Amino acid sequence: MGKNGGCQKGGFKVEQKENKLEGCMINDSSLGQLVRLGERRGVVDVPALDAAQAVLKDALSVQPFDAAATAFVLACLPRSKAPVLWVQDRASRLENGRVYGPALKGLKLLRVDVSHARDVLWAMEEGAACAGLSAVVGEVHGAPPVLDFTATKRLAMRSEVSGVPVWLIRSGAAEGLSAARERWRIGSLPSAQHPYNAAAPGTSRWEAELFRARGRSPGVWSVSDEKRGRENRLCFLSRSGDGPMETDHGATAHATG
Amino acid sequence: MDRWRRITAQQRTLPDDAVPVVLSMQGAHGPVVYAVNAVGLARGISVGARVVDVQAIHPDMHVEQGDRNGDRVLLDRLAIWARRWCPWTVAEVDGIIMDVRGAAHLFGGEAQMLRDMHARFVMQGLRTRLALAPTRGAAQVLARFGTQGVICGPEDVAEVLAPLSVAALRLPSDIIRLLDRLGLKTIGALEAVPRVGLMRRFSGVGEELNPLVLLDRALGRSADPLDAPPDAQTWRAYARMAEPVIDPIPWLEGLAEDLVGQLAAAERGARRLRLTIYRVDGEWRFRDVSTASASRDPAHFVRLVAGKLEGIDPGFGFDLMTLEALQAEPLALHQDQLGGARDASADIAALLDRLTAKLGPSKVTWAVWLQSYKPERVERGVPVLVGGGQTVAEVMHERPLRMFDPPEEITVLYAVPEGPPARFRWRRVAFLMARFEGPERIAPEWWRDRAGTRLRDYYKVEVMDGRRFWLFREGIVGDGRGGAPRWFVHGVFR
Repeated sequence: MGKNGGCQKGGFKVEQKENKLEGCMINDSSLGQLVRLGERRGVVDVPALDAAQAVLKDALSVQPFDAAATAFVLACLPRSKAPVLWVQDRASRLENGRVYGPALKGLKLLRVDVSHARDVLWAMEEGAACAGLSAVVGEVHGAPPVLDFTATKRLAMRSEVSGVPVWLIRSGAAEGLSAARERWRIGSLPSAQHPYNAAAPGTSRWEAELFRARGRSPGVWSVSDEKRGRENRLCFLSRSGDGPMETDHGATAHATG
Repeated sequence: MDRWRRITAQQRTLPDDAVPVVLSMQGAHGPVVYAVNAVGLARGISVGARVVDVQAIHPDMHVEQGDRNGDRVLLDRLAIWARRWCPWTVAEVDGIIMDVRGAAHLFGGEAQMLRDMHARFVMQGLRTRLALAPTRGAAQVLARFGTQGVICGPEDVAEVLAPLSVAALRLPSDIIRLLDRLGLKTIGALEAVPRVGLMRRFSGVGEELNPLVLLDRALGRSADPLDAPPDAQTWRAYARMAEPVIDPIPWLEGLAEDLVGQLAAAERGARRLRLTIYRVDGEWRFRDVSTASASRDPAHFVRLVAGKLEGIDPGFGFDLMTLEALQAEPLALHQDQLGGARDASADIAALLDRLTAKLGPSKVTWAVWLQSYKPERVERGVPVLVGGGQTVAEVMHERPLRMFDPPEEITVLYAVPEGPPARFRWRRVAFLMARFEGPERIAPEWWRDRAGTRLRDYYKVEVMDGRRFWLFREGIVGDGRGGAPRWFVHGVFR
C-alpha cells in the first residue's frame, strides 16, 4: 500500500514523503500542487489503538460469516497474562462458529457459552466490573431487543469504572442504537500478494470503518497486519478520498454472493 | 457378611439358610475365602482358604464376590456413629474399638450398655461380638475368642486370657508357628516363660509383631492409647424467625456474617455452600453454590446465594433458615496489599463463582489444549471450578480464527481436478474461488478414530470478496472408504 510513493496525476507529479507511519494518505489536490503529508495529519487520522483505553467498543461485521471483525478485535486486545473473558450466544456460535484457540497466540481464554443475548450481557457486565481480566469480548448475532441503548450504556460505564476494555462483536442486522464509545464496521478485503506463490492468498487485509466515535473523527482505513517489527501491530492506511486505491479495490472486490 | 445379606436381600432372593455362603476375594493364588456364614463356619470353612479347595470339599457352597472397600467405608461410618456411647472410637480392620472409660454409668452400667449396643446393631441388621476389657489388646482378644458379651475387670484379665490360644494376640502366622514349636500354645503358657529368654528370641521383630509387647499391652503393663480421629466439623449458621416469612434475602447478610465468623475462627474458607429453608408445612428446600477458591467474604456469599434464590418455593413461609459450608478448605488469615489495591486473582475467582452459579458449570470453561492432529480435538473446555486455564499452545501451521463445529458440508458447483472447488455453494450462497493455498493433509489418528475414518485435505480458499475459508475434502477418490469425497467448510480465516 505504502509503495505508491509517487504517482502521475494530471501531468503534475504528486510526491509522498515517507514518514514513520506505515501508510499515508495520498490527497489529490485540485490545484495539482505538490502535496506533502505532514506527520501531524497522519497521527490524527490513524486511530490510536491504545490498550489502556478502557471503553466499550462495537465491532460490526459487514458480511456474514466473516472473521475480520474478530481478527480486528483480537489485534486490539491488550497483551497481558490476565485472562480474556469471551462470551458468545448460541446464534453467533451457530452462524459464525466458535473462536478457535490455536489462532489466538498468547491468550488465556475464559469461555462462557450461553444461549441467550440476555445472558451474554449479564456475563459481560459481571466481567466488565472485574479488574482482574485483561479484556471482555462479547458476541451477539442479530439485534435482540435486550441489546438496547440502556444495556450498552451500562456496559460502557462499568468498563470505564473498572478499566477493562470491552468489545462487542455484532453480526447480522446489527445497526441499532449503541452507547459504545467507538463503533467500527469491519469487512474483509482481498488479501495482499503472497511473496512466493501468486495463486495463494497472502497477508490478510480488512476494511475498517469507524463510523461513530467520541473525541475522534470517523474514517475508513484499510488495515493489515504489520509483519515487520513488533508482532500484533496493525498497519492502518486511510482510504477516505483515496482515488487510485479505490479503483484498485473496485476491480477485484465484487461480491459474488 | 451381614452387609452382603442386607444389600442382596433388597435385590434378589437370598440362598437357603442351610447352604454355606462364602464371600471371595482375589488372593495371591486365585480367590480366597474372605467371609463365611454361620453354616459354613460350622462345617469348618475357614477364612483365608482357597475357594477352589473349599468348593471341592463342599460342592453345595454358594460363592459371592466380597467388597473390602465397602466394608471399610461401612466400618468407618459405624465408628463415627458409635460415638453415641463414648467420644473415642476407632475403626479397625475388622472391628471397632471404643474407649468407654467414664461413659458406662450414663447407660446404666457396663452390662446394660453392652446390651444396648447389641440391640442397636441388631436393629441395623448387623450382628456383633462384644467384649469389655480394661485394655485395648484384651478387648480385641476377648471380642474374637471369648464368649459373647464378656465383661472382664482389671483384676482378672490375666486369668481370663490365660486359656486362649496365642493366635488371639493377632500375631503373624510364622510367629504363631514358631511359638507352637516351642510348645507355647496358650497365652498363659507364654506368660509363664521367663521374659528374658522370650525377649532375646524375638529381639529382631518389630514392636507390632513382638508377642511379648502385645502381651504386655493386653495385660495393661504398657500403655496402649487410642488415637481417635477427630469429629467431622460442620460450619452452619442458623436464623430462626419469630413467625414465618416468605423472603429470605434480608436474613442472608446476618447468616453469612455468622458463618464467616465460624470459618475465620477455624481458619477455613468455604468451597461449597448450602442454603436451606425449613417451611412451616414441614417441607424444606435448599440451594447449593460453589466457589472457585476458598472464600470467607460475607458479601460474596450473599451475592452468590441471592443469585440462586429464583424459583426457591417458600410455600406459606418458613421459620428456620440455615447457611452451611458443605466443603471447606484451609484459608489462613492474610493481609491485603498495603497500597489498597485489589487482588486481581481474588477478583477473578469471585467472577468465576458468580458466572458458574448463575449459568451452570458446563457453560463457563477454561480453554485447555491437547496434543492432537485433528483440529477440532486440540481444544477442550474444562469447567472453571475444576481446572485452571492455560495460555494458547503454539501451532506450526496457520489455523483459522473461527471454527464451525461440526464442519458444514458445501455443494461443489464446479470442481477442478486438483485443488479446491472453483465454485461452491454454502448456506445457499454461491462463492467463486479467487486464490487458494494447500493442501495440508491431516491423516486420521488411528489410535483414536474409528476404523474407516477418511483423511482430510485442507485448503485455505479466498473467495472473490476477500473472505477466507478453510475447506477440506474428506477422503480421496478410490481410497476404498466410501463413495465420492465430500467437501466441508471447517473454519474462517482472519
